[in-house]
Amino acid sequence: MDYSLIHKTTYEYSEPVSVSHHTARLVPVNDGRQCTSDFTLEISPRPEAVHSRTDYFGNAVSVFVIRELHRSLEVLASCTVSVPELTPPVPSLSPPWVQVAGRFCDPVSPRDTAPYEFCLDSPLVRPAQSLATWARRSFPWETPLLVGVQDLMGRLYREFEFDPVATDVATPLEEVWEKRRGVCQDFAHVALGCLRSLGLPARYVSGYLRTLPPPGQKRMQGADASHAWFSVFCPLNGWVDFDPTNNLMPAEGHITVAVGRDFSDVSPLIGILTGGGEHSVSVAVDVVPAESTSTRARVLWD
Amino acid sequence: MRLTQDTEPGPPAASAPISAAFQEAFLRGGGIQPHWERLLGDFEQFGPQERLRRFESAGRIVREQGITYNVYGDDRGMERPWELDPLPMLLSAAEWAQIERGLIQRATLLNAILADCYGPQRLIRSGELPPALLFAQPEFLRALHGVQPPTGVFLNLYAADIGRSPDGQWWVLSDRTQIPTGAGYALANRLVTARVLPEAFREGQVQRLAGFFGKFRETLARLHSRPGAEPRVVLLTPGPYNETYFEQAYIARYLGYSLVEGQDLAVHDRRVFLKTLSGLEPVDVILRRVDDAFCDPLELRNDSILGVPGLVDALRAGNVAVANTLGSGIVQSAAFKAFLPGLCREVLGEELQMPSLATWWCGQEEARRYVLDNLPLLDVRPAFSGGPPAPTELRELRDAIRFAPHRWLAQERVQFSTAPSWEREALRERNVVLRVFLLGTAEGFVVMPGALTRSGFGAGSGGITMQGGGASKDTWVLSDEPVAEVSLLQGSQTPVELRRVGNNLPSRLADNFFWLGRYTERIDAAARVLRAALLRFSPESGGSALQQLLPLLKTLEAQDQIPVGSASMERSVEALEGDFIEALCSTKRPGSLRQLAARVVRLAMLVRDRTSNDVWRALSQLEESVSVEMSAWSAGEAIGLLNRVLLLSASFKGIARENMTRAQGWRFLDMGQRVERAVALCTFLCEALASPDAHNPSQLESVLEVADSTLTYRSRYNLLPNLMAVYDLVLLDDTNPRSLLFQLRQLEKHLTHLPKKGAGALPAPEDRLLIQMLSDLRLLDPRELGAPSADLAASQTARLLGFVLESMPRLSEILAVTHFEHSHISRTSASA
Repeated sequence: MDYSLIHKTTYEYSEPVSVSHHTARLVPVNDGRQCTSDFTLEISPRPEAVHSRTDYFGNAVSVFVIRELHRSLEVLASCTVSVPELTPPVPSLSPPWVQVAGRFCDPVSPRDTAPYEFCLDSPLVRPAQSLATWARRSFPWETPLLVGVQDLMGRLYREFEFDPVATDVATPLEEVWEKRRGVCQDFAHVALGCLRSLGLPARYVSGYLRTLPPPGQKRMQGADASHAWFSVFCPLNGWVDFDPTNNLMPAEGHITVAVGRDFSDVSPLIGILTGGGEHSVSVAVDVVPAESTSTRARVLWD
Repeated sequence: MRLTQDTEPGPPAASAPISAAFQEAFLRGGGIQPHWERLLGDFEQFGPQERLRRFESAGRIVREQGITYNVYGDDRGMERPWELDPLPMLLSAAEWAQIERGLIQRATLLNAILADCYGPQRLIRSGELPPALLFAQPEFLRALHGVQPPTGVFLNLYAADIGRSPDGQWWVLSDRTQIPTGAGYALANRLVTARVLPEAFREGQVQRLAGFFGKFRETLARLHSRPGAEPRVVLLTPGPYNETYFEQAYIARYLGYSLVEGQDLAVHDRRVFLKTLSGLEPVDVILRRVDDAFCDPLELRNDSILGVPGLVDALRAGNVAVANTLGSGIVQSAAFKAFLPGLCREVLGEELQMPSLATWWCGQEEARRYVLDNLPLLDVRPAFSGGPPAPTELRELRDAIRFAPHRWLAQERVQFSTAPSWEREALRERNVVLRVFLLGTAEGFVVMPGALTRSGFGAGSGGITMQGGGASKDTWVLSDEPVAEVSLLQGSQTPVELRRVGNNLPSRLADNFFWLGRYTERIDAAARVLRAALLRFSPESGGSALQQLLPLLKTLEAQDQIPVGSASMERSVEALEGDFIEALCSTKRPGSLRQLAARVVRLAMLVRDRTSNDVWRALSQLEESVSVEMSAWSAGEAIGLLNRVLLLSASFKGIARENMTRAQGWRFLDMGQRVERAVALCTFLCEALASPDAHNPSQLESVLEVADSTLTYRSRYNLLPNLMAVYDLVLLDDTNPRSLLFQLRQLEKHLTHLPKKGAGALPAPEDRLLIQMLSDLRLLDPRELGAPSADLAASQTARLLGFVLESMPRLSEILAVTHFEHSHISRTSASA
């Protein structure tokens, strides 16, 4: 399916900003399956220049500096993404999880070092015994890897409550774990903590969902803003995605923008400002099938 | 390929008795080591008195030079004098040559490992290096992957802590690859020790340090340059609260670098600039003392307020060099030690010459089993920075290791060698550990012929720390031949371009100078008012005497020296005495002389690399003189103390006036003093005019005293103080350097010399304000005060004083906005 995508972020500052530096990770990946075209980034006020580069994890990054006095900033990313429908792997056919975990015990074969990087501690996700104990209930000894992950995702979905006000970008994993509530970012972090505590490689994925579901289907959580989920490494299938906020394995409505060890590797927009005082931000995301006319972006205030 | 850790249980076990320790100065069978004979012989000859005298002079030099070390959370005040044991550690030329070879090899190896980790990661792909050692490290900065520093040198400066085991073998205890600290302290130790033991230093063929620092400066300057321009090197500091701030300021001054904080720098178009009073100036090389993760809030830690947004990108673009480059901290993890012998064979094709302290990294099964089996005998520590400390409970520790083995490592406990330590008139044996410094140049590593030796009672892998209360020593590397005198000022072949203007002043420093001026003057003014009050105060004074004291007391009240409401006829004599004690040396009252002096010293610290040692000495003595506890009131003692404060304040001003170049720093210092002097004078004059005793000659005496104009008055008028004449002298006489007119005219002069933003036809707001004050003052006719029935409180004079008091804070504010770009950095991050 081809989607036309608009992601608009608006900041309002209580005091003027004299200089602002930003990094943006807003370009959907081009990985052979998913295909992005006609990407444009409109920034107001206009920056001096926009540099693009690829980061350590292969994500596209745009860097820009605004050096005129401003009280608001608008960043509008738009593009067309083509996402062919995908049949998720059959979980029961995946290898036993202990076998996979065993592969990522010392000594790790040099050919496995790439996924192994996602087994280890990262800035926001630190494996812990408590996470391992909770996760183990989904992973009896001979359980196939993806069956276990699917079960874990289901428990997360049922036992944790989706709550947009309980947490913010900076809430640590330990607190989410304590409160049992949060948003997609928190759900993904808990899952990563659980899987890494069992010695399994798992990574963070940021992206989008289509705004309106196909006729007859339920509208998904997280469709108004940028979304996040996780991916687990299976030696048979490579990286396999799971969306714990919606309790499903993505088939075609998920558009991947960036991958990393946790949110800190993939923040869509980071700004360092001189001045500015208090700020408020609003994010609007619109993902609609390309052939239909684009609806006006809805605005969701944080 | 199976990765192996080449750890052999190395230095003899921890249980060895202290007598088994290797003695640096003595032979096993008794007798003195030949290279120590001269020094210990001298020491013997001194006799107890001379030893004590020299020992104490060492302490005095440390205090006078202001050599300090900050200890976080220390109640004894932040700046702790540097603990120096003036007896140096000695090393023979042959022994040094061996240390040198071992450490050059090690530095070369660590540099090669860094180049691989931030480049092709071949060592990981080939199985030489366990991936977790790199990937689990918070110090591995992924944003820097693929960024190679100029000339391939990651370790522009590298330091190794080495210690000697009972069998005489040197071991590397730890590697410092991120921010190797201590070279400046080694230099400071040398300065003190060479002055305490001049004979031994002169005749002992001690290798000099200056050559190393000269080479250091040369190497850094070559790291990056713009065509046709002299490279500009800055030292990036986390600020005066950092534990080694003294050293940073010391090195900056010694090498001629600007000492800057993150907010002094800005990145424009992927290039780094220094914000100065006259605009942006390009920066080529940054010698950093800020932890790398804090260096760029945009790409590294977003919560950093110490860094420069965009620095990583400037580095990536090759437009600036940072020493050591960002990310170089990974190889200082002790976990690497277990793999160095193998890596040395693989990377350099050689055997590792100097072994490391026996280390087992638990990320591998065999090592883990060894550690779990020998847990009580080993020091277990987190393998990477940022992790929680090891649990003390053995069972918990075992569980922690089993759950995430790669997070832990264990090291053997070692018995270090001992060397004689000088304690007052005697010598004692103390354990010693040496920090040796290496400079990475394009042609290879160069070792500083000396070291920072730390001594104390130390066993264990943690070594001896200055935070833990150890002392430090100078380290003399003896030469077999006479040594040549080297000075940093000679030897450079490059012709110098003559300059009359110094490097431009960073705007933050201008701000600090301005406030240093204000606070030094505030002390001066407060001390004068306080002294005038004390001279007129006696336990018997009451009634009319107290009445006359009121303007002085009200001024003290306005300046926050005494509590609000104290300036009253109802206040008892005892209560006033208590107020005076507080005004002098309270640590709680914000306006007390002691608190003001503490502010002054903090500000002086911020401009330390721009001022002379004499300035620092005068100000720290000033602080010392008011840091006293006064339990019972003694007017004599208090007046003595105030006299001393005024003397030291005068000596500070004298040094500043006579020795500071008339550049921007001096200008802001003087402006601060002028603003404050005007405010203090007007505050007191307002009170005095409002008093019913305004005409009283005795009160007019106090006006002359506070304005330090008594002598001038006497030379002009042969009569008792007269209101009109006194006010004319302290307000309008522009030959009197204490008069209000004099202050305003000085300010006016300074303003014309400041760089102006934009070239408007109209006067700038600060000029406008000053013109208004000046013209009001010039039009003032003091004869109005002479009229017998004049309502002084409603006079033009009183109104003018009020206007000046209102305008000065505004002037100060305008200066801040136009010249001190005080920018608060904030961050935003969109949620997922």
